[in-house]
Amino acid sequence: MVTSNPFSSMFGRSPFQPLLAHIVKANECADQLLPFFEATLADDWVKAAELRENVTRLEHDADTLKTELRLNLPNTMFLPVSRSDLLDLISVQDKIANKVRDITGIMMGRKMRVPDELAEPMRDYICTSVACVAQARQALEELKDLLESGFGRNVADVMHRMIRELHILEHQADDQQVTIRRQLFALESQLPPVDVIFLYKIIEWVGELSDRAERVGSRLQILTAR
Amino acid sequence: MLIIAQHGEIFIILACLFGFFMAWGVGANDVANAMGTSVGSKAITIKQAILIAVVFEFLGAWLAGGEVTATIRGGILDPVLLEANPELLVYGMLSALLAAAIWLLIASARGWPVSTTHSIVGAIVGFGAVGLGVDAVAWGKVGQIASSWLISPLLAGTIAYVLFKSVQHLIFESSDPLAAAKRYVPGYVFLVGFIVSMVTLTKGLSHVGLNLSFGQSLLLSIVLGIAIMGLGIVMQRRIKFEQNANDHFGYANVERVFGVLMIFTACAMAFAHGSNDVANAVGPLAAVISVVRSDGVIDSAALVPWWVLMLGGAGIVVGLVTYGHRVIATVGTGITELTPSRGFAATLAAASTVVLASGTGLPISTTHTLVGAVLGVGLARGMAALNLRVIGTIAISWLITLPAGAGLAILFFFMFKGMFG
Repeated sequence: MVTSNPFSSMFGRSPFQPLLAHIVKANECADQLLPFFEATLADDWVKAAELRENVTRLEHDADTLKTELRLNLPNTMFLPVSRSDLLDLISVQDKIANKVRDITGIMMGRKMRVPDELAEPMRDYICTSVACVAQARQALEELKDLLESGFGRNVADVMHRMIRELHILEHQADDQQVTIRRQLFALESQLPPVDVIFLYKIIEWVGELSDRAERVGSRLQILTAR
Repeated sequence: MLIIAQHGEIFIILACLFGFFMAWGVGANDVANAMGTSVGSKAITIKQAILIAVVFEFLGAWLAGGEVTATIRGGILDPVLLEANPELLVYGMLSALLAAAIWLLIASARGWPVSTTHSIVGAIVGFGAVGLGVDAVAWGKVGQIASSWLISPLLAGTIAYVLFKSVQHLIFESSDPLAAAKRYVPGYVFLVGFIVSMVTLTKGLSHVGLNLSFGQSLLLSIVLGIAIMGLGIVMQRRIKFEQNANDHFGYANVERVFGVLMIFTACAMAFAHGSNDVANAVGPLAAVISVVRSDGVIDSAALVPWWVLMLGGAGIVVGLVTYGHRVIATVGTGITELTPSRGFAATLAAASTVVLASGTGLPISTTHTLVGAVLGVGLARGMAALNLRVIGTIAISWLITLPAGAGLAILFFFMFKGMFG
């Protein structure tokens, strides 16, 4: 007899589930970066191609989730957070996956191999950047509790502590970037100039990855502060 | 006078039939709104919801349904103007019942969100204005009812906001939410028991023959509230808590404590709904009976016979059992975003508003009150997402229901007039 009920149709679909699913995808995407880097170091281009494939797929999944979230936010939706902040956050999150795709793409395309002297510091640098992304994801996972408690003070404190840690990690990545640039500068004369240009580019992009993860944190802070 | 003496029995039988039909519609459709939050938050199962609804809808209708019934029966139309032709009141009330019930059936089949209260009030005003003349309608009272439709969601929303904020402040923000929940939830259980008993005792029990003074009622309500609180504490002790590594504040366990509370608010809601909405079916029926019994003397002060409220309660129960369980299932499984703590705030706020309205004799729409309450929780940042378009749909259902109920009632009114002369 009854097909729709005004009462049940009042409950819209939560935008926070796709938001969380999206950062999980972005994080998985970033997790491919280190194995990919190891494969390029080992000159194992078959494996690298495989990992690059994973990155593309995950980035595509993230894109789908982003679209889903945007479509789930019609103008009539009443949310506990500002709609524009939410949309900002998802686009910042999306840029993480995009950057990973760019890094693997250019390394794959040019069959780039980082010089052995740079391998160790580069590995640490990538580790820190990826850790930033994981930290951003953890902070976002607190959203569920935050929503549960109607944005209670305690959960907000936990989230802010995580965002502070994220900030520290990002700083660390910045310092590592400076060190690697200096080391690369010392090696410059022995390497083909074009390769050097692209090495600088990769170093910069890995740094951007952590930058963007931190930006997710600050967006999250804006989203929950009211 | 002659017509009533001649056809008195037929009128009563028809009124009982139509009243039962209307009550069936109320039970089949409207109860789902009242129970949906509880089922949706997974605090109770659908079976439990039906059991609670059957018992408490009936109790609400029987114990506290008198005041609103009196309003529907004698408050909307001016009885003085009907003294010359009491049979017109009989025709009118019969047609109002039939019109509202049929409109409810049509709208439900189409899935339109109509209110049973709007249907019946629209129908009575409709036949009154057209069949008896515009002067026959007590426009002051109608205006009061209409304004209550605006006030009730606002009031429910405010109460829900305050309740959820208090829960947030007392429980979710404490350093040990689970301990805080265990400490404060019995207090909320007391609140539920107290409010419901208070209104029932002060406003509803006169027709059962129990007359208590305000002081006595207050005292008895406190005692009842404490007794219900004790029951709540016992049930709370029996909850099994689970430790989850991901959930470092233990909110899953806190929600389990609220699950106990939800059972009480579900009872309160069913009670409130029964007390307010039974009148939609029973009010016109009572009017017909009192006119026939007194041989045409319209006496708005006469008590509603007790079996009439029972008939209404039974109709609601039959509607619920035959059809309502499916609607509850749909509504209940549709609401996935509702946790017990939010569902509690919304339901208790709505129940309190409805119970208060029943006490003062105002017919209000349960659906609108609940929607207002849910919005109140949403404003307290408690809901993940709410679709505001539904408010528009409800506004449209208002606009449609009143003239539709009125139109059908006018049609039936002239039909009965033609049939009986």
